[in-house]
Order: sequence, then structure tokens, then C-alpha cells
Amino acid sequence: MRFTFDGRPLQGEPGDTLAAALLRNGVRVVGRGVESGRPRGVFSAGPEEPNALVRVGADPMLAATTVELYDGLEAWSLSGKGRVDLGAADDRRCDKGYLHCDVLVVGGGPAGLAAAAAARGARVILLDDQPRLGGDLLNSRVLLDGAPALDWVDSLDLSGVRVLTRTTAVGYHDHGYVVAVERRARGERLWHIRARRVVLATGAHERSLAFPGNDRPGVMLASAARAYVNRYGVLPGRRAVVFACADSGYEAAGDLRAAGVEIAAIVDPRPEGLTADALAGQVVTGTTAGPDGVLTGVRVGERHIEADLLAVAGGWNPAVHLFSQSQGRVRFDEASQAFVPHVSAQAERSAGACRGLYGTREAIADGHAAGREAAGSAARELRVPECDERPPRPPAALWLVDGDGDEPAFADLHRDVTVADLARATGTGMRSVEHVKRYTTAGTGADQGKTSGAVVVGVMSALLGTTPGQVGTTTFRPPYTPVSFATLAGRDRGALSDPVRTTAMHASHVAAGAVFEDVGQWKRPRYFPLDGEPMEAAVQRECRAARTSVAAMDASTLGKIDVRGADAGVFLDRIYTNMYSTLAVGACRYGLMCRADGMVFDDGTTTRLADDHYLMTTTTGNAAAVLDWLEEWRQTEWPRLDVSLTSVTDHWATVVVAGPKARRVIAAVAPGALGLPFMRYAETDVLGVPGRVFRISFSGELAYEVNVPWPYGRALWEAVLGLGAVPYGTEAMHVLRAEKGFAIVGQETDGTVTPHDLGMSWIVSPRKPDFVGRRSHARPDTARDGRKRLVGLLADDPATPIEEGAQLVRGGPGAPMLGHVTSGYASAALGRTFALAMVRDVVPGDRLTAVSGTAAHGVTVVEPVLYDPDNARRDGDPLEEDAPALLGGLPARESPAAAFAGRFAAASGPSARLRELPFEPMWEVRGADPGVGLRLGPSWWLVAGDAVPGPGWVDVSGQRTILELSGPAADDVLITGCPVDLHPDVFPGHAQTFLGKTSVILERRTSGVYRIHVRSSFTSYLAEWLLDAILAL
Amino acid sequence: MTHPGFLWRNPDPRPSYDVVVVGGGGHGLATAYYLARNHGLTNVAVLEKGWLAGGNMARNTTIIRSNYLWDESAAIYEHSLKLWEGLSEDLDYDLQFSQRGVLNLAHNLGDVREGRRRVNANRLNGVDAEWLDADEVRKFCPIVNVSDRARYPVLGATLQRRGGIAKHDHVAWALARKADAYGVDLIQGCEVTGFEITGNRVTGVRTSRGPIAAGKVALASAGHTSVLAERAGLRLPLQSHPLQALVSELLEPVLDCVVMSNAVHVYVSQAHKGELVMGAGIDAYNSYGQRGGFHVIEAQMAAALELFPLFSRVRVLRTWAGIVDVSPDASPIIGATPVDGLYVNAGWGTGGFKATPGSGWVYADTIANGRPHPLAEPFALERFTTGALIDEHGAAAVAH
Amino acid sequence: MLLLDCPHCGPRDENEFHYGGQAGVPYPQAPAELSDQEWAAYVFLRDNPKGWFRERWFHTHGCRTWFTVERHTVTHEIRKAP
Repeated sequence: MRFTFDGRPLQGEPGDTLAAALLRNGVRVVGRGVESGRPRGVFSAGPEEPNALVRVGADPMLAATTVELYDGLEAWSLSGKGRVDLGAADDRRCDKGYLHCDVLVVGGGPAGLAAAAAARGARVILLDDQPRLGGDLLNSRVLLDGAPALDWVDSLDLSGVRVLTRTTAVGYHDHGYVVAVERRARGERLWHIRARRVVLATGAHERSLAFPGNDRPGVMLASAARAYVNRYGVLPGRRAVVFACADSGYEAAGDLRAAGVEIAAIVDPRPEGLTADALAGQVVTGTTAGPDGVLTGVRVGERHIEADLLAVAGGWNPAVHLFSQSQGRVRFDEASQAFVPHVSAQAERSAGACRGLYGTREAIADGHAAGREAAGSAARELRVPECDERPPRPPAALWLVDGDGDEPAFADLHRDVTVADLARATGTGMRSVEHVKRYTTAGTGADQGKTSGAVVVGVMSALLGTTPGQVGTTTFRPPYTPVSFATLAGRDRGALSDPVRTTAMHASHVAAGAVFEDVGQWKRPRYFPLDGEPMEAAVQRECRAARTSVAAMDASTLGKIDVRGADAGVFLDRIYTNMYSTLAVGACRYGLMCRADGMVFDDGTTTRLADDHYLMTTTTGNAAAVLDWLEEWRQTEWPRLDVSLTSVTDHWATVVVAGPKARRVIAAVAPGALGLPFMRYAETDVLGVPGRVFRISFSGELAYEVNVPWPYGRALWEAVLGLGAVPYGTEAMHVLRAEKGFAIVGQETDGTVTPHDLGMSWIVSPRKPDFVGRRSHARPDTARDGRKRLVGLLADDPATPIEEGAQLVRGGPGAPMLGHVTSGYASAALGRTFALAMVRDVVPGDRLTAVSGTAAHGVTVVEPVLYDPDNARRDGDPLEEDAPALLGGLPARESPAAAFAGRFAAASGPSARLRELPFEPMWEVRGADPGVGLRLGPSWWLVAGDAVPGPGWVDVSGQRTILELSGPAADDVLITGCPVDLHPDVFPGHAQTFLGKTSVILERRTSGVYRIHVRSSFTSYLAEWLLDAILAL
Repeated sequence: MTHPGFLWRNPDPRPSYDVVVVGGGGHGLATAYYLARNHGLTNVAVLEKGWLAGGNMARNTTIIRSNYLWDESAAIYEHSLKLWEGLSEDLDYDLQFSQRGVLNLAHNLGDVREGRRRVNANRLNGVDAEWLDADEVRKFCPIVNVSDRARYPVLGATLQRRGGIAKHDHVAWALARKADAYGVDLIQGCEVTGFEITGNRVTGVRTSRGPIAAGKVALASAGHTSVLAERAGLRLPLQSHPLQALVSELLEPVLDCVVMSNAVHVYVSQAHKGELVMGAGIDAYNSYGQRGGFHVIEAQMAAALELFPLFSRVRVLRTWAGIVDVSPDASPIIGATPVDGLYVNAGWGTGGFKATPGSGWVYADTIANGRPHPLAEPFALERFTTGALIDEHGAAAVAH
Repeated sequence: MLLLDCPHCGPRDENEFHYGGQAGVPYPQAPAELSDQEWAAYVFLRDNPKGWFRERWFHTHGCRTWFTVERHTVTHEIRKAP
């Protein structure tokens, strides 16, 4: 395998890590210290690497010890900081996944393998970060039952266990939630695993200690040196000194010698060596280096021993990171001189080396016990093999060797923190390891303290004359190893980063060249420019059409809530500031609702469809919040009221037809509504389809809100435009309403405005005993005079725009701000600019200055209704003789997913098929069990198909689209975005939950065949999401 | 940089102090410092149950700005920013205060209106502020994605050039060092377990290290304020929530300003040492657990990549959470309590770091003089009864 | 990501829910008769204990049911509300 390092062409072997390949090529210096600039070499053979941090391709910084070599890899050395490639595009396809299990085993070494094998009768997932299972057995020459240990690994029965290799558990969160990263060539996958029980078999990290010159290239963990010779067949040096504070040093020495490395000395600080040739009772006191900074020798007191490799076995630190993240408590174990798991906080058990059991046989036995315990009655027996290891002696309690010269002794190699730095920190008065960490940055480097944490604590305890147990550890924080931003984002990128909600007419708007604005997740046409027309001209043209002839707007995004029940009127009386129980059937009324603090929350028109039946409309942005708010009051405060709430926002497509000549259009599309008086509604055919028409106006002109079920929305829209209505967008809608002085919630209001402040005391019923927020209006500050109120403004120069957000002062800058401009427009109808504002202490006729940026303009305060204050225009023109005739023929129905049919077919294959199911009538049923359909809640059903609707069933035929996903890979598609457990023993047949970033009803018809019911406005998003998921398989 | 060789003594508590400050975080240390510096009160103890500045002071994303909407907020945060501008000198410590500019991006027309409104209010309040259109945003911060094909395109931004970042630990240690030098006792590992209240006056505190008498007691306990207030028999309009943040690995310089986005919930800067420091919105539920849900981090990184696609391969090194005390109007509560001699300074929510010196200054003044500092007066507890709230939700949704 | 046991849907991830804060804070019977202080207490004062907390959740993206649990605000352990 060819690769380059700093441009040098080199050759490695399949299976090499980049670090192994660099050592194979004799590359000793792979980077430089971030502060010191000192040369650094490979130090470890795993994710704890603090030195060999390199840029690989477009990756700013990776540990060379974790990068699997591939042909053509390009890497560059760094000085401890990554470099972002400003020109690189990231073509990886990262993804996510959701898994559930009875037993999650983290770590595929001897303990984890034994645990998984013992637990395999249950639902088990086994994670391991290496390309193949074995853990430390991959690096060792230990024999099990007299045979190579990997034979034992291969002989294990793991059938039924979901094994994820190259997968690192990075976070262990509350409620058995483990997050893991699977490395795949095409991009990583972030797994979210919900486990009933977790077995942690995460092993241990060997540690170094602080001695002078301990950072030179050639100084390496003994276990790493052993891994390079045993696993990769790479000699990390020719002549080695082993610093054996723990017996693992002798094991490394033996393996190095067997591989052909000369062992110049074994230095063991303990009184007795394990072998006769060891320099017992002695320590490494320094190192020497050549001009390139690479190790040339090791000092042991007065002796200088020539060596190009110093293998340090400082003892072992159990990898308690995940254990600690799960809120488990650790304790310091004097015998092993390490922090070990003490008290679990979750359904968790550590096994093997991660709880301080370092023997292979002990680890297997412990893993076996842990697996059996976790699986309970599903456990399997496993014979624990014999092993040729000797039990290790306790390590030396040695953290620090003082030097006699200037040579620094490093505690943290990545952050270049020395013993002198630590001494300086404790010298300031700092006693907490957390302070010392922050003062020195020790433990905050790329390895997050994996190689430095224990050394820092040990050195601190020596400096302060206490014990490591008393110093304690810093907190172990997720992620265990670094995770790229893109991995965390998964497929939630670009167009899929947040659902785009579209209306039934969206394709028509796009074809017309509409300019859209984002309102919440919706795309709404802001204006419809003709060729090359600037916005202001387009808006003026659209307004003129509404004021002088007829114009049409897509109002489908407004929230629509079906309110039913004997107490529906009482319920609305309590929610709105005005009365609804007295509203006549067939009448519409505009209402405001407040939060408990008395501030305006939302507004809209609510119509009484029948005695016990209302339809509420809400603002576009607040629709979901209002429905949640109503449910909160209904369920938690007034559970005895007979009232039910059903969103029908996506069922209806709404076209506003506005303008003095609106009747021309209505005559042709909904003649049954022609006779409607103002603020009345009719249930009538629209283009021959049962629809609803409301005569309400947000522009002051004759206007109708025409509603048809979603599938007919586009046909209605195009019919209305075909009849000569000029399409207008939100901007013209804003101008038209502002000319009439109508406030917009969220524009005139900002959470600090009451209905009274809006000049709408008329809408606050004095007859009702209470409504939500009423009491707050009587608080001293809310009831006082001199609050800001809604006014109109006219600029001195009628051509000068008054900018939204301008602040209003009396006189010039320096005077107190009295309020601000909430809306400002150029008005075709008024022939001038105008504005709405919230201002205090003013009366009509007052002169103010509107300050915006560096501009200041004189304005005059006027009443907010500037156009047609007497509402003379509300009834429009009478229907002309030549009005178009009723359009004949049923309109085409178009499903929200219609445009995707071809792409669905193209994406379908043997593993996964996607299609839209034919239309079916649907109802939502609340209250008593209809005996058919899908139960969605305690008293909530969805009925589809050939049912005879009962009383109170809400027609939602247009509300949802049904997509069918099938095939052997259907589950694989769904688990990339569906958090519920789809296992046949657990999944109840259907569920309301998330798929990607939208809510769905997920229904399993048979094995591998799912129906996905999605709200119509989210269909386009979900279709794109599913296509992307199938592509990502 | 080099730190001073000595920071603080580690004294044992004395039996009695004129003022006991409960909480050795940024605000508590600043309060003690200004009590000594401005009011000559040095018989003061700061009691910290853990280690100094180990709560939110150690966990925040260090953003400093003063471009708040309402007059009352702008006044106190601008007072704070002016103090920041002289703080390194005043404390004789390099605080790495860097006025690199804070961008607040607008992604929809509502954001644009709100941003312009705030800029205009700021300017009239003497707070530097500018409105940038999308092209100006790109010029100021070339790596921000201003493509109109983004899911939520950048439509513009507010810019406060005097805003920026500082090194939070240095700030805490600098305040601690000066307070210690004035004779203030900084007592770590000392938890306040109760209050001595005689009549309606506080006379001391009970602690894990024994009782301590006090002329006045000043709470500066952030997320734990409710717990302490309850021990004094008080209920405060505060809720404690986790707020998460994260850092990337060390990077060579790539981002030289602070970028915040309300609509897509992310804020980011690059610290002096090179790591990207990022935060998101709060976790929904009440918690003292100093940890939050990982889905919040995932959503935050997805949002970050929409703004900075070139960070796609940058890696998250460490995540953590603090406990923020959130008030109903996202503004702090500063001043006297119904118990004589007991003061509260809390509710800074997600935005306390930037206020550190200003908060300490006005709180010290309020305590020393037994009446509210004029800048603190609007933030008294009574506002929740009268309804005179200072609703900064618009500005505080990501008010860091 | 907490795991909440919805009484209708069973255990589900936290992000399917909307948090409702302290449970058992009834809307006053006669708000007009309350003092400003009493009304402010209803609107703004909620318990904020470090320990067990009775709180409400709403299964927004599931069955749309409000329910009450007890959750420990340090360990995040959840148990059925009595």
C-alpha cells in the first residue's frame, strides 16, 4: 500500500495503522510539541495517542494510531494543532442509526467476548473499535488452552449477537443510552443504542510517568511496542530499554526480544526484578537524543545505556471513561495504583481490565459472569480456557522521577505540560486537580488525559504530599474519542437539515417564479415578480390588484383546529379574551388569546360550524404551539369539559380571494358562497368538491377564504388564477393589513404587549368572569397609563420609507426611546409610505423622530387605520352580468407525493421498495372506541378506508399521505431515523413517533412492509429523506 | 502566557465576617473584589462548596457583548462591558479579553426586524451596534455560509465590534487573587447548609465547616440559588436547567470573530489556544445534574455545519454542561430579599459570564449601601408582582 | 436523551415530548380575588428542588397525552408519580 507522509512516498502493509506504517518506514519524528516545538514520535498504539497527531487528507487532525492505512493515503505532520482545509469539500455520507437491546457489551477483548457469548440468548450488541475482535489478544502472544489466543476468539459462538466492529462507544448517557461511532469508508455512522443492561469491557490504558526527557521520539508505551512487533510485525526500535514499573514491561521485553529487538536493559524501580538481568530498585533518570531529537540513549542514574527505544510500562489505568460518564463513582485502588469502578449508577457492570483484572483468564471469567448476569435466564454457559500467564505483581507507586538537569519531564505530551508547570500551579495556592488542569491545560489535549490524567494526579499528590486518591480525578466527559461534526449531523444536512413544509400549491408557486420566505418551517411565497420586476414594484402591483380588482393568496399555512364537544364554546370562552359560546352557528369571529401573564399569544378567526363544533384558525408560526397550549388546558385544568381538538391544518388547502371583484371568481368556483354576508361561513361545493368558504377579510376588501381538501388545492389555485385573480404573497398581505391597522402577532407584538396595548380593548370581554391572562391585566404595571400602544406613523416626506425596527424619540437622538416601528411599507393605495409602531406617551398629531442606523426622519403619529376607516369597501362590487360561469368538470386531485412517483420507482430495488399508496378516505375519531382503525392515543383513533363515518368523526382525508416502504432492508432504512424499537416482540404494530425530523404514524402491515402516514405538508421532506436513506444503504 | 506565581491563600474560616458571599464563582468573586475595592469592605468571606469558579464560570463559552434590547439591560451590560475594557489593567492579569466582534445572524424576516430594532436601540443607548447585510456578513466573516440556497439563508446580522471573548479561568483567578490580596477569605470546600435568621434578619450561615456569623449574606450561587433560598425560607422565580457546550480539538486560526445564530441555535468562537468553543440552547427539563441530552449536541452540530460547512471534519473533543438559573423574563434578579440582610443576585440564565464585572459592581454597591444600585433597581424581585418585566427572550434565546 | 414511559405508548425518547415543569399547580379558582402577589406566585413561582420532582410531560409527537412522573433532578432517575 502506497502512502505519503509530508510528501514522502512510503509503503505500508494491509492491516497497518498509519502509525505502524510510519514506524515500518523508520519515520521517528511525526510531529512537534504544541508549545515546546520539540520533536515527537509515536507513543501508543491506540486512541490514547498524544503525539502522532497528523493531518490525513482533508481531516484536520487524526491520531495516526487509529487511522487504517489505505492505498493513496496522504498525511502531513502537525504541531499539535489541526489545520482546516478551506478548499476541501466533504463528500462523505455520514448517517445515524437507532438500536435497542437487552445487553450491550462494549469492547471485544477477552472479557467482552466472553460476556457476549454468555449473553447471546438475549438480544445482544457487541461493539469493538478495532477492525477485528480480540482486543488486547490481537497484540499479545498469550496462549489459551495451549493455542494462539485468536483461535479461541474464532471458536466463540456469537450467533444472534449483532457485532459492530470499527465502532467506538463514545458516550454513556442516562437511561441506558450509549452513543457509538462506526467508522465506514463512505462516512461514519452514529449509533444510538438503548440497552437494558450494559457490560463495559473497555480494557485499560497503559501509562507512562514523568521523568526527564520522557517525550523524545523513541519513548513509547511498552504495550504499544509489543503491539507493533506482535500485531503489525514492525520493529519500533533495534535496541531497547524497558522501564518496567509494572510486570507488563517484562512481557513486552520478551515479545520484543522474540521479534529480534535487542533488550539493552530492564529497569525496575521495585526492590526485586522479575528476571535476574533486571536493574531492580533503579529508575530511568533521563534520555539523550541525536540532532534530530530522536532517542539515542537512556540514563539510569550515572549509567548511560545506548538505545533507540525506551518502552515504558508505568502501570495500567482501567478505561473507566464510559463508567464515569454513566455517573458511576470511582475509587483509588492502592494495590494497582489506579482509579477503578466503585459504585454503579446505572444497570451496568464493568468486566475485566476496565475494573482492574489484568489477567486474560480472569478477564474471560469475569466477562462470562457479567454476561450471564446481564442476560438472566437467557444466559449460556462458556468454558473458561486455561492461560499461560503469570499473575502480575503490584506496580511501583511511582509517578515522578526528579531530574538533575534542565531536561523537562512531561506530564501531558499533547499540551506540553511539564512537572515544573504542575509545581508552579500548586505553588499559586491551587489544591484542586480541576484548577491545576485549567492552569496548565494538562488533560485537555487530543487524548483528553488518557495518557496524562493519572500522571498529573500522581505528580500532584507527590507535590502536595498527599495520595492520588485524595487528589481525585477530573470529570470524564463525552465523547470518549473525538467525533467529527459531520458525524454528529448525520444526514441532517442542507435541505434535510430541517423539514421544509410546503402547501398543495407549492409547485405552482415555484413554476410562477415566486420568491419565498421562511415562516417557521414553511416556505411561503413572499411575492410573485413578473419578469425582472423588483420587489417593491411587484408588491405594489399585487396590492393594487387586491384593492381594485381581484387577487389571490395561498393561506394554507394558517393553523386550523377542529374543536368539538358540548363544552366547546365554554372552552373557547376561557381561552380567548372574547366570547364564543354566544356566537351564532355559521358565524365567524376574530379572537385574541393571551398567556397567563396577560401578553398576546396568538390570534385568528374562529367559526361556529354547529352548536358543538368550531373551527379555529391560528397564525402560521404558532399553529403547533397553540394546539399544544389548548391540549394543556383541556387535559390538565379542565378535564371534565366535553371538548376535543383535532388539527386539520394539512387537510385543507386555503385560497384567499380578495378584492372588489372577488365575486367574479367565487361565482365560478363556489357559487354557493356568493350570498355569504361578512363574517359568515358556508359549507359548499368548490369546483364540485365539498369545501368550506369563509367571508372574512384581512385586507379590508371583499374577501373569501376558500378551502378544499389538500389534493384539490393546486387545482383550485390554478382555477382562481385562471379566472384573472392576481397572485399575491405575504409581503402584499402585510401591506394590505397594515393599511387597515391590523396587527400581526409576532410583528406588532413581542411577548410584552396586551390586547389593550394593541388598542383592542373592545375584544376583551367585560361579561366573562375570567379568561386565561385576564388577572394579569390588572397588575399595577400592566394596568397603568402610559404603556406603549399601537399607532400609525406618516413620514414628513411621503416618499421616505420608515424602516421597520427604527426607534422613535421625541426630538433628536439623546431623548429617551418611546417605542419602535413594527411595520413600514410603501402603500399604493395611500400613495405614500406609512408605518405602524408601538409607542408610549403619544397622541395623534405628535411629532416624533424615527431613528434607524444613521438616518433620522420626522414622522407624525396618526390613528393606526389609514385606509377605509369606515369599512366601506368590505362588500366589494356587485357581481357583474358578464361574470364567468361555473367551472365545470371535477378538478384533478394531486397527492402531495405525486411528483415523487418516478423517483420512488427508480430508487426501488430488491432490498427496498418505496411507493405511495392510493388515496383512501380518513377520519380522526375522539372519544369512544370506533371499533376500527389505528388507536393513536387513549381516546384517539385514525380510521381509513371503507368506513361509514360516525357522529363527530373528523374528515382528515387530505391530512396525511401514506407511503409504503417494503423489502428486506426496510428496517435498515427505518432505523436510520426512527428511534422506536422495531423488534417484532416489542413493536406494537403501529406507533406515532419520529422518522427523520418529522412525526409519522408508522404501521407494520407484515414483516418488512411498512406504511408511513405523514402529514401532507411534510410529505416532500419525508420523501426526500427516504430516498436519501435508501441511497445511503 | 505566564500567570502570577501566587493567587490565593487557603485560609480556614473565621467565626465572623461583615459580609459572607455564598458562591465562589465569577459573580461571587467579583462581588467580593468590588466590596473591597470600591467600598473598603474587606472583612468578607467567599464560601464555595467546591473549587473556586468551578460552576458556570468554568463551563461557559466566554462571549461578551452588551447589545441587549431594553434600556435597563443595555445599561447594566454596557456598564459591564466598559469594566471589561479596563479589567486586565485593573486586575493586573492578562484576561485575554479580545474585542473581535460578535455577529448575531438573522435567518428570516422576523430576525431581521428584531435585529434592526435592537441595533437602533443599542445605538441610542450608547452601545456600539451595526446592521450588516448578507454580503457584509461574508466580508466580516468569510467562512460563514451566506449562500441563498442554505435551508435558512443568512439575511443579515447585527454586529457589535466591541463584543468578543475573554479567558474565563483567568478572569476568575484574577478576581480571586485581588480579593485575596485585599484580605478577603476565599474558603473552598465549604458548603452553606443553612442560615441563622433572628427575627427577620440574617445573622449568619451554617456550613459544612461550622457556623459563621455574618452582618450581611449575599447569594451568588447561580444554578443552586433556589436550593439555598429554600434553606432561608424563600421561593424565587427561578428554574435550573442544564446548558451544554463543547470544544473541538485545537486548530490553527480559522475563525476570528464570534458568530451566534438564534434561529438555528448555535454560537461559536475560536479560543486563543485554538479550540472552537460552541454552545446551544438549554435542555428542556429542570436538572442539577451538570449534563444534558446528547441529541441537543447533535442538533447543534447540524446547525453549525449549515453555517460553517468547512468544519465538517473538525472533531468534537469534549462536551459538558452547567446549571443555569433561568428567570421568567430571561433577566437577572438583583437586590434585597424579604429577609433583612440577605441579598440575591441570580437568574442570569445563559448569559452570566459577560455580566461578571458589572454584576459584581452593582451587587457590591447594593450590599454595601443597603439600597439598590441604580442599574440594579429595575431588576428587583418586585417586578414579577407588578408586571414590570424586562423580557429579553428575544435577545436571550442564545444570550451567551 | 432521557427515556420516558408514556402511559399510552410505553418507553419513548425524550425528544418526542414537551416538558411541562412542576405538576400540580392548579389554575386558581377565582383569579380576580387574588392579590397581585398571590397571582404572581401562580404565574411565576415554581418549585425547583434538587432531588425528587413531580413534573409533567406531554407526548407531543406520540399520543398527545399529558402525564406526571417523579424524576430526580440530579440522577435523572424516573419513577411513577404516586
